[in-house]
Amino acid sequence: MKRTVFAYPYIVWMLIFILAPMLLIVWYAFTKNGAFTLTNLGAALRDPIYMQVLARSVWIAFEATVICLLLGYPIAWMLSTMKKSTAAILYVLFVVPMWMNFLLRTYAWQALLDSAGILNSILAFFGLPPQNLLYTEEAIMLGTVYNFLPFMVLPIYSVLVKLDKSLVEAAYDLGANGVTTFFKVILPQSIPGVISGITMVFIPAITAFAISRLLGGSKFMLYGDLIENQFITLGRDAWPVGSALSFILLVLVLISMAVMRRAEREAGEEGGMLW
Amino acid sequence: MKRIADFFKGTYLGLMLLFLYAPIIVLMVFSFNESKTMGHWSGFSFKWYEALLSDATIMDALWVTLSVAIISAIAATAIGTFAAIGIHSMKKSPKSVVENISQLPMVNPDLVTGISFMMLFALLGIKGGYTRMLIAHITFNIPYVIFSVLPKLRQSSNNLYEAAMDLGCTPWMALRKVVIPDIMPGIVSGFILSFTLSLDDFVVSWFATSGIQNLSIYIYSIARRGISPKINALSAIMFVAVMTLLLFVNLRSLKEEREAEKQIKRL
Amino acid sequence: MGGHAAFFLNYENEDWMMSKHLIDLQQLRKEYDGVDVLKNIDLYIRDGEFLTLLGPSGCGKTTMLRLIAGFALPSSGQVVMDGKDLTHVPPYKRRVNTVFQKYALFPHLNVYDNIAFGLKIQKLPKAEIETRVNEMLELVNLVGYGKRWVDQLSGGQQQRVAIARALVNRPQVLLLDEPLGALDLKLRKGMQLELKRMQQKLGITFIYVTHDQEEALTMSDTIVVMNEGVIQQIGTPADIYNEPKNIFVAKFIGESNILPGVMLEDYRVRFHDREYECVDAGFAQNSQVDVVVRPEDIDLYPIEEGRTGLAGVVKSVLFMGVHYEFRVDTDGFVWTVHSTDYIAPESRVSMTIVPDAIHIMHKSLNPDEQEAPTADERFEAAIVEELAEEEAE
Repeated sequence: MKRTVFAYPYIVWMLIFILAPMLLIVWYAFTKNGAFTLTNLGAALRDPIYMQVLARSVWIAFEATVICLLLGYPIAWMLSTMKKSTAAILYVLFVVPMWMNFLLRTYAWQALLDSAGILNSILAFFGLPPQNLLYTEEAIMLGTVYNFLPFMVLPIYSVLVKLDKSLVEAAYDLGANGVTTFFKVILPQSIPGVISGITMVFIPAITAFAISRLLGGSKFMLYGDLIENQFITLGRDAWPVGSALSFILLVLVLISMAVMRRAEREAGEEGGMLW
Repeated sequence: MKRIADFFKGTYLGLMLLFLYAPIIVLMVFSFNESKTMGHWSGFSFKWYEALLSDATIMDALWVTLSVAIISAIAATAIGTFAAIGIHSMKKSPKSVVENISQLPMVNPDLVTGISFMMLFALLGIKGGYTRMLIAHITFNIPYVIFSVLPKLRQSSNNLYEAAMDLGCTPWMALRKVVIPDIMPGIVSGFILSFTLSLDDFVVSWFATSGIQNLSIYIYSIARRGISPKINALSAIMFVAVMTLLLFVNLRSLKEEREAEKQIKRL
Repeated sequence: MGGHAAFFLNYENEDWMMSKHLIDLQQLRKEYDGVDVLKNIDLYIRDGEFLTLLGPSGCGKTTMLRLIAGFALPSSGQVVMDGKDLTHVPPYKRRVNTVFQKYALFPHLNVYDNIAFGLKIQKLPKAEIETRVNEMLELVNLVGYGKRWVDQLSGGQQQRVAIARALVNRPQVLLLDEPLGALDLKLRKGMQLELKRMQQKLGITFIYVTHDQEEALTMSDTIVVMNEGVIQQIGTPADIYNEPKNIFVAKFIGESNILPGVMLEDYRVRFHDREYECVDAGFAQNSQVDVVVRPEDIDLYPIEEGRTGLAGVVKSVLFMGVHYEFRVDTDGFVWTVHSTDYIAPESRVSMTIVPDAIHIMHKSLNPDEQEAPTADERFEAAIVEELAEEEAE
């Protein structure tokens, strides 16, 4: 009796609904009238506007990742040094927003930043002139950081909390002060957590969609919006170039993942040598 | 020295929590605001909640969201559990092929998944928006079920299935009486994960379907045009619902842990 | 089957000797990925005997057990039980139950329900199930443990539940796959005695798989020594220990000194440049043979005592608890010798070997095949067998 039979319904499903759609993207990206071509890819790569959007997407994702790291690492570290019961409660508080629908999280900032919103009312209360807060690149950045911060805290905290406390004591014992101990002992040990945090923020941030539309209006298009535009607004004629754009995004994601995995492996192998 | 450090820590963590929660809390508070703008408070009122409940579009969207979440979670759990059992007993190379393909929807950006569904459905001529959404949700849920069940299978002894047959079970009975009860925790967490992912999804639904709205799609289409007090009310309800669900799940696992501890103590 | 016939003579109990064949394995072969892990095995197992399949990991013993249980299908050959061909009967229709290596207790059921499992599948009346389960709990000394969860039990207790769960179905044959492997030494000794006691009390045929020769020697009525998918020797524990048929068996069972020799005539053998009297006969004159001498059968004397014998030098001494283990070099050959009297290292000694202590074996035709496997070979073979087990479903 072969138990592999139980997987057959899924395998059929998988071939039709997982593999076939992916192959469709590759097919449309690389063919024209059924023949292999690189023109779609060329069109997607050569267009200066497309490239500008791509550069902006990567840049915003990068900046947001750095800000999340700078804000998130201290949170994770502080939590890890606290009493277990207090840390557990705070940890839950930092993680809960992750479970909120990301559209609602984004919408919340839209409401705060709105010209008739609460931040401008506060400014008015102090007699300051209203600011144009919404529909700026900063607003997109804010929304991205807000959405992904918990994803940075989570993995770093889980590494730090497992860190052997006697290592810190050993460092003190050997004459290191607090600062040296942090940089020479704690930080190097937490690199795997940092790397998975970066992965969990950077990759979704590159492919983020709708944040820019809600907080940046239509002024600051990101790569996701570009792809949406191809498929939804332009329709079927734009499938080839749209597929090529999606393919580029996919490659970008795969490269980032490969880099992170490699970094993770190296951090694992060399341990503290990285710093 | 320590006190200063603690004070600093407290302040920093407080600010960060404020950053995370202030927008949600402001939204919830202003969902009870009489006036339409969020600039100033003009009195307490339930009127946006009333408007929400009497809005047929929103109620339809809610129905779509909930029914798709339940049906897709059940279907994905069934298909995924059997798939995991099958995959677990595969030989090494077909196993790694199937596992790798199964990881695609988890690795793929939602955007790309959504677009690929859009093209596939158009080419296959699958028209119904609800059917499309259901297929898409089942598809991205199955891998999460598979990968929560597989570790349980790996933990459990391969011999359990044989032991059951040795004691007189047919293969089907062995599965029902021994294998499935043994991996039940994995199946349950796969189901809960599926349900939550489906509730939460916007991007895949947005691209894969047309002519149908779940709550996410509805929120997006309204929010694109600016602030709406009805959405404030909806956010408040959804936030409370998510918190309740989380509380329930956590309490359940806490209870299980306590019981396990009790049993150990009884020894 | 010559070996099998030969050891018949050693049984004193005629009734038991005549008891019927319960299981016949006929030309049983099992191959995985082009490798034969069992090579045309012929073996019969008599009703009520305690038979042990003994061999290094990867020798095919577990595969044989799985073929009898029905978890795997043979590539060719037959499994016959009670005169009926069982080869294609699924495991759940065989009157055979298994005690698995890691017990395979159902983690979602308590002790009582684990034991009752097979009876519930048979849909027996509740009262009967209760009586039989309680009988079993008593047999394995677990009265009062029925409500416990299996993960609250110690290794030894889990082992007993596994045995009870199998025996409660009153199988004709109980298969045990290295059931004591996970227990510590002391517990293992206790369980060996208990298993033997149960088997004698119930009169059920036990087929026991182990790689532990001591365990096999203690418990079995019959031992089947296997290597690389081939039966090396079948016999009583005493037979196997005293009359190993080839180098593999000699090396695998206990420690031994093995030397090449020449059979000069009946009862006279020459090895290590000396002639010895021995008790073996029936070899061709001047035929090449292997000579086995067990370490405890060699007598060691300080050279000062002036005994005639093989002269040598003690190279090292290890205290083993009951006896000392010496390495003695006699002109290039290093002997292992066990003795209760201490002799200091570097002492000169003389060794005597009485005729009874010398055992002559035919030189194997293909010496490579008969050698005990090296660590690498064992590892490889173990992998093949593990793969085989994974596939077998």
